[in-house]
Amino acid sequence: MTKYISSTINHFILSIGLLIMVVPIWIIFASSTHSSLFINTNGLQFFLGDNFIDNYSRVLFKQSGFFNEITALKMFLNSFVMATGIATLSVITSLMTAYGLVYFKVKYATFIFWLIFITLLVPLELRIMPSYIVMSKLNLVNTFAGLILPISASAIATFFFRQFYKSIPDELLEAAKLDGTNSWSFFIDFLIPLSKTMIAAVFIFMFVFGYNQYLWPLIMTTSEQYWTVVMGLKTMYGSISDRFAFVIMSMIPPVIIIIFLQKLFIQGIFQNK
Amino acid sequence: MSFLELQNITKIYPNGTKAVNETSLNIDNGEFVVFVGPSGCGKSTLLRMIAGLEDITNGEISLDGNVINNIDPSERDVAMVFQNYALYPHMSVFNNMAYGLKNRGISKEEINNKVNDVAKLLEIDQLLTRKPSMLSGGQRQRVAMGRAIVRNPKIFLFDEPLSNLDAKLRNQMRLEIKRLQRQMGVTSIFVTHDQTEAMTLGDRIVVINNGVVEQVGTPKEIYSKPNTKFVAEFIGSPQMNLFNCKIENGIAHIADMRINLNNSANIDDASLGIRPDDILISDNGQHTCVANLVEYLGSDMIIYSKIGDQEFSCKLSSKINLNAGDTFKFDISNTLVHLFDNTNGSRV
Repeated sequence: MTKYISSTINHFILSIGLLIMVVPIWIIFASSTHSSLFINTNGLQFFLGDNFIDNYSRVLFKQSGFFNEITALKMFLNSFVMATGIATLSVITSLMTAYGLVYFKVKYATFIFWLIFITLLVPLELRIMPSYIVMSKLNLVNTFAGLILPISASAIATFFFRQFYKSIPDELLEAAKLDGTNSWSFFIDFLIPLSKTMIAAVFIFMFVFGYNQYLWPLIMTTSEQYWTVVMGLKTMYGSISDRFAFVIMSMIPPVIIIIFLQKLFIQGIFQNK
Repeated sequence: MSFLELQNITKIYPNGTKAVNETSLNIDNGEFVVFVGPSGCGKSTLLRMIAGLEDITNGEISLDGNVINNIDPSERDVAMVFQNYALYPHMSVFNNMAYGLKNRGISKEEINNKVNDVAKLLEIDQLLTRKPSMLSGGQRQRVAMGRAIVRNPKIFLFDEPLSNLDAKLRNQMRLEIKRLQRQMGVTSIFVTHDQTEAMTLGDRIVVINNGVVEQVGTPKEIYSKPNTKFVAEFIGSPQMNLFNCKIENGIAHIADMRINLNNSANIDDASLGIRPDDILISDNGQHTCVANLVEYLGSDMIIYSKIGDQEFSCKLSSKINLNAGDTFKFDISNTLVHLFDNTNGSRV
């Protein structure tokens, strides 16, 4: 009986939390399916209207920006390329850095690791001028490479992989050595498959991090061709229902990534195979 | 020339600890040798140096006629079974066994045949598709052995592989290891701190203490003629009784007890050792003691008693009726005692 009561209370609390998070999104979604005129006269809506297809297709394909050079669809593409690039490169660089630091007899490895870790205190916003100057000297302004490279090495991801590698028993490496692996095949055949869940977690974190970038792409791009979704959110001048529709769509890519990698992601965070 | 030769092997760790000191040893092809000693005595270090997992500070190891000091572990053609098995957690049992073969560029078909043969031999052929996390301790142990066997190496190295198993399974695996080794005839080195394992498995036993080899010999030699006090205490269960005594003209003085050793030795500080089951209890024995404690073990029992202030134990058949508090009479035959000089611990 007490078990029943406590479970009811738990579910009650969880439901309230769920409502607090979901209701605003639902209201924006429901409102985005009405015409702007209707919202302007009647306020935010809780029930679906009948302008869903009209509004969303208009937003996706409408030329916008200051010079009307870009569509929302292109912004999604840009954001996707940028976020995937950042996530992929950070996973690769941090996997390899951690491998080097843990498995090779690097002198001062711990010191080097803390140096890397200290870069967490210097986020992109703080080094934005020097980063911009470097990128412009490399002629990478208005390119995807320019958007991606300066944020494609992650200290926190290196930290995660390093801690994980340290928890792998030495015997595994020794057994593998006797089985004839070399440093490259140990990395490919052992560390990567073993850190699969970790990779998924880091990939999601870095994808969302990349997707949410605002200041850096704003500075790095002068051509509207490289606008990202987050920049679009700020500069999307349209009717109110168009903006709502755009907000709803902007949430979709990270959600898709999380849905696909969810299982691995949860395992990666709790790391108890 | 022996199959495996260790010459003056020394290992000093960077922090200055001397793990192995000037150890020399010859092992013949097909032999089953057991390294035994208390934990931290350097037996695992020695094994790992043979495997190539530890650098050798000094000395030379040669295998099958070639010096292997600077040869990579993967090219030494040795296989090792680790204490915690070290199975590859992300690979199926089949792949665990096949991995080493793949790295040697053996064809898929041959790998298939070999793995299946070994799996049948070890009765794990039903488990080939499972991951190690889905196996029991005993099954993991078998897979670890399978991984070593399938490579058909020159030497098997076992690093306390049975210590994570429960007692029953340990006995069973012990027999199986012995049987497999006989069947395949591969030279094997087995490291353990358990003297029962050492006695039952080894063709020869190497007793190691503090990085030094105390004695090398067959189980029988080691048991019946221990070279040093350490070996005498370490091998045999229950432990050998060692009495501190003074020997004058071949007569040992233990408290007020006298034992005629039938020689003319004179040692001020000696140890007289006698195994608990070599103490002969009879009604017309020369010496008398009180049984302080009696441990009943089924077919046997162990009696704990004291001569002066030195404790000792005797092992005898539990058919004899003796209870704690009773007095008993016994003899110590001078043919069954072991004498050690306490100044250096060596046998007299």
